Amino acid sequence: MKARVHVTLKSGVLDPQGKAIGHALEALGFSGIGEVRQGKVIDLEIDETDADSARIQVEAMCQKLLANTVIENYDIELNP
Amino acid sequence: MKTAVVVFPGSNCDRDVKVALEQSAGPGVQMVWHKETSLPDGLDLIVLPGGFSYGDYLRSGAVAAHSPIMREVKARAEAGTAVLGICNGFQILTEAGLLPGIMLRNRDLRFLCKDVCLKVETSQSLFTARYESGETIRVPIAHHDGAYFVDEEGRRSLEDNSQIAFRYCDEQGHVTPESNPNGSISNIAGVFNESKTVLGMMPHPERLSDVALGGTDGRGLFDSLVETLS
Repeated sequence: MKARVHVTLKSGVLDPQGKAIGHALEALGFSGIGEVRQGKVIDLEIDETDADSARIQVEAMCQKLLANTVIENYDIELNP
Repeated sequence: MKTAVVVFPGSNCDRDVKVALEQSAGPGVQMVWHKETSLPDGLDLIVLPGGFSYGDYLRSGAVAAHSPIMREVKARAEAGTAVLGICNGFQILTEAGLLPGIMLRNRDLRFLCKDVCLKVETSQSLFTARYESGETIRVPIAHHDGAYFVDEEGRRSLEDNSQIAFRYCDEQGHVTPESNPNGSISNIAGVFNESKTVLGMMPHPERLSDVALGGTDGRGLFDSLVETLS
């Protein structure tokens, strides 16, 4: 099974990279840009066919390593 | 004082900190590779040095925090052995859950390599006994991810328990927004754990601990450890 983990910064955490991207877009002439936040996507292949146990496993991976929950939220997408 | 310095792939201040430690404590600092699963017996101090462990992949310090040796470092820290993390070592300690908070990318997105002034918040610790509370010292920083972040509740708890070790300040010792190089919350440059046996700091005291390096303000930290742990 494949899993895609989206890691995003929690609201209230300063994201200077997102800000810089926003400024760069404005410099390129794109207008009407509000807040820009940068995150990460992590694609995983796991040796598991049951969606529920896959989710439990990936959830544990997120808690232990893939995200730091002090500053980040995560969202898990499973693709059988 | 019996000391071990843990070496991760990508550590680059491991030998500098060994030299600084041995200048204060005499020879005998042991280097321990991160794949080891045990530490020498009877250690008084464990040091996690600066550098770019695992190329800062995922998040600075995140991968190193799960190295085999870290299980032992955590066990010793929980048993009360002093642990010092400098720069990347500080990032590893936060990722390992031994210190609160985390380091974010610098506010201005630039790698910063320069001397900064630090206010020593307390001399009441193993690490700062040789300084005066409120003293201003000059120590270099060299980091890209150095903006200390902790949520408001965490920040209050650090203040209430006197867990802030150092803050960025100006030359007169005033903690101001202008003297904050990287956007750290409340100008925080270093924090203790609750029992003040673990210290993490972004600045590099080992880089200004010898006259030949241009200053000795960092030496007080190593001298403090020798005085309190020997």
